[in-house]
Amino acid sequence: MKIGTPKEISEGEGRVAMTPESAVALQKLGHECLIEAGAGIYAGFSDAAYEEAGVVVVKTAAALWKGADIIAKVRPPNATEAKRLNKDKTLISFFYPAQNEAQMVKVGGQGATVIAMDMVPRISRAQKMDALSSMANIAGYRAVIEAGNHFGRFFTGQITAAGKVPPAKVLVIGAGVAGLAAIGTATSLGAMTYAFDVRPEVAEQIESMGAEFVFLDFDESQQDGAETGGYAAPSSPEFREKQLEKFRELAPDIDIVITTALIPGRDAPKLWLADMVAAMKPGSVVVDLAAERGGNCDLTVADEKVVSDNGVTVVGYKDYPSRMAAQSSTLYATNIRHMLADLTPDKDGLINHDMEDDVIRGATVTHDGKVTFPPPPLKVQAIAAKPKEKEVEKTRQELQAEEIAAFKLQTRNQVTMLAIGGAIMLLVGAYAPASFMQHFIVFVLSVFVGFQVIWNVSHSLHTPLMAVTNAISSIIILGAILQIGSGSVLVIVLAAISVFFAGVNIFGGFLVTRRMLAMFQKS
Amino acid sequence: MELGFTTAVYIVAAVLFILSLGGLSGQESAKRAVWYGIFGMALAVLATLIGPGGGLWLLSAVLIGAGGLIGYQLASKVEMTQMPELVAGMHALVGLAAVFVGFNAHFELGNVAAMDDLAKRALEGFAALLAKKSPVEINILRVEASLGIWIGAVTFTGSVIAYGKLAGKVTSAATKLPGGHILNAAAAAVSLLALIGYLNSGGIVPLVVLTVMALFIGYHLIMGIGGADMPVVVSMLNSYSGWAAAAIGFSLGNDLLIVVGALVGSSGAILSYIMCKAMNRSFVSVILGGFGGATGPQMKVEGEQVAIDADGVATALEEADSVIIIPGYGMAVAQAQQNVAELTRRLRAKGKEVRFAIHPVAGRLPGHMNVLLAEAKVPYDIVLEMDEINDDFPETDVSIVIGSNDIVNPAAQDDPNSPIAGMPVLECWKSKQVFVSKRGQGTGYSGIENPLFFKENTRMFYGDAKASLDKLLTMIT
Repeated sequence: MKIGTPKEISEGEGRVAMTPESAVALQKLGHECLIEAGAGIYAGFSDAAYEEAGVVVVKTAAALWKGADIIAKVRPPNATEAKRLNKDKTLISFFYPAQNEAQMVKVGGQGATVIAMDMVPRISRAQKMDALSSMANIAGYRAVIEAGNHFGRFFTGQITAAGKVPPAKVLVIGAGVAGLAAIGTATSLGAMTYAFDVRPEVAEQIESMGAEFVFLDFDESQQDGAETGGYAAPSSPEFREKQLEKFRELAPDIDIVITTALIPGRDAPKLWLADMVAAMKPGSVVVDLAAERGGNCDLTVADEKVVSDNGVTVVGYKDYPSRMAAQSSTLYATNIRHMLADLTPDKDGLINHDMEDDVIRGATVTHDGKVTFPPPPLKVQAIAAKPKEKEVEKTRQELQAEEIAAFKLQTRNQVTMLAIGGAIMLLVGAYAPASFMQHFIVFVLSVFVGFQVIWNVSHSLHTPLMAVTNAISSIIILGAILQIGSGSVLVIVLAAISVFFAGVNIFGGFLVTRRMLAMFQKS
Repeated sequence: MELGFTTAVYIVAAVLFILSLGGLSGQESAKRAVWYGIFGMALAVLATLIGPGGGLWLLSAVLIGAGGLIGYQLASKVEMTQMPELVAGMHALVGLAAVFVGFNAHFELGNVAAMDDLAKRALEGFAALLAKKSPVEINILRVEASLGIWIGAVTFTGSVIAYGKLAGKVTSAATKLPGGHILNAAAAAVSLLALIGYLNSGGIVPLVVLTVMALFIGYHLIMGIGGADMPVVVSMLNSYSGWAAAAIGFSLGNDLLIVVGALVGSSGAILSYIMCKAMNRSFVSVILGGFGGATGPQMKVEGEQVAIDADGVATALEEADSVIIIPGYGMAVAQAQQNVAELTRRLRAKGKEVRFAIHPVAGRLPGHMNVLLAEAKVPYDIVLEMDEINDDFPETDVSIVIGSNDIVNPAAQDDPNSPIAGMPVLECWKSKQVFVSKRGQGTGYSGIENPLFFKENTRMFYGDAKASLDKLLTMIT
């Protein structure tokens, strides 16, 4: 199949869906690659680089759309591009079918197949083609860089000869992929980072990235994030009030706010209201990653940077990934490549559009002249995180009671065992002759000593212990030596063999132990 | 030499043996402990040779010397990776010796009983002891001797099979003859009948029957236990050889044999117990062989195994600050411990924190991994136990799993239907990245699918562990 990537038409879009690197991999799958001249220029990939990777550079967009069977691009197609999708074509790009229904129906009617990269289901197997995540990761990083650009101070706290610099305080709202990436970036720049999310189960992830989870004291069993495919769900009005109250309390202290809160298929919730911006210190920065859906901040203007009356900069760009076109193109092209690898299971350059496959089925929005959106529920459940029962903290009394109970149980067990053991001893003593009892005492005491001694042997020395006990068990040689003086030939022969074997064992066992122990050394 | 003197030497030897075992509690004191053991043994043998009851001491000395020479050769040539086989093999020798000594006791008894009073008075040593026994005492002696023979015989065939399994000469899978445990139970019952018959008749036939039955039990019992359980089996056989020595000690009336046999027996029993606890399995289920039956369908494993080449591993290691290596039996098989040690040295030279996590049942012997790493000169203070290191995985950048499988299987925690559910495992999947060095995609020893290999932060580094590490070492300088 011929895979073609046109130049992105929408303004300011620097990304490209194919890199020389991904093209090489695609060719290994048996495909041919085409690219429109100048498509990779903003991402830093020259036409020459593509040619070197074996990609055919096509002069015009029209020729490319005509020549390619599969079109891989970034943005959803515009009207002109959509017209070019006839029934032989497959489009792989972001499509946003829910918001783009008219176009989806139209393209579907033309018979083209559309695979929407934004519809790839969130299951482990599909992570390698999850373009939303890879773009969100970049957006999160870029958000911090943008904030730093407009923030007039250091992120990290310093004590210098010229005075003390306090660390910047960063609040990240929404700990999805973008939020976590922002937390990581801000933390590694040295800022004190706080993060909030409506899903309490992400607290652990937030803390793992080095931020402090802003804990909301609210008693409501939140919907399990796993049921909504790992995304957040809308919250109740009471919860929202409590949340805003917390933000209001934090606002005066926070230097940089990065908001990433999105709920699938809805406008972005307003979380950072005008009064919170007003409460912030002059020079502070708000970066709104949800600007495309109306923004989380009241003051956000899409695609623009505005400064509030009290000197707070509010950044509302929509194209963070595009601002890092080189990086985002590399990742996006890899996502596309993985998608094509799944579509080409035999690596023979032929597409096998398997609608039984959860991932392919989920991402396909039109196929065979039919609209196939929305997809049926996954056969495989998404993230199998069961809500954990919270362990009830035990009170001191309970702990004490437990301890006492355990002690009593132990005492009872020991006493019972001693009693039974003593009874057996008495029973044996009542019948066995005195000579036997003498040896029996020795035996029981030795067993006891053995138990006491071995408990302390450290785990790493268990093999040497075994070798030593093995060597020592050749003490059986004493028996053989005592018998070898007998008059009977048979006895002498058997005893001699025993002495011989035991001799092998004594020397072998001890030598091996010594060899082993000689190796243990401290660093 | 006087009897009193021999007894005194025995006491000294017994104390030395106890000190020897106790000294193994630490690496440094262990080196001294072996010498205690050697001196104890030398004293005991010497005292017995020149003490009352000994005869033909020249022959004995020659035999000990010859045996010692062979033992020396064996022990100094053996590779550290073959240690499990060697130890198992040597148990067989002790078992066999116990059987012979037990039979001798029977023959002597017969000889003595045939003599008249006058001849009895002229007897010396062991025979003299026998001559003085009352009928009750003789019966007790017969029980003791047959017990010694029985345990010794079980130890003998069991050890031979264990040796075969560890050396790869016998299939390591758990195989049983039709009838399974009933056969064992029947053989044990026949043994008991034979014992009763022997007590009544005093003839050799029941004794031989008893021995044959014991030999069969030893064979069948160990054949039924899978290779993965060999650590427990070896320490169990170790315990048996001790009990056999103790039983023989009773029949010979020799206190030192009793003391040492009991020491060895109880130490082996405790070791087996500790290991079973580490695997969260009851001792009985290990001995009866095979894993406990699964209670339901096992969880399906989702995802795919993603492979990585040496280049990728090298890059990740360059970037990592903390690394934990989890060795398993696969490392021993591939003889990769030297390469692992070299990798450790190089990474440590770069200021990275490298540690080893050892699961209690890693390998085929308790402490197997420690010995191999020690052989490769990995300092023992960076080799940590499961409990010491399990909490550190979340802060670790890279975990490298080399030839282990079940001990890093998350199914033990997540899947209540897994055959190893509840077994404590090393939680390496909590580290940021996991590399698994593995021969191929197959399941491990126990045949249980391992979800670790399908986790998204896991990369499979396929190939023979030694070859893979060789390649890796060329990239890390």
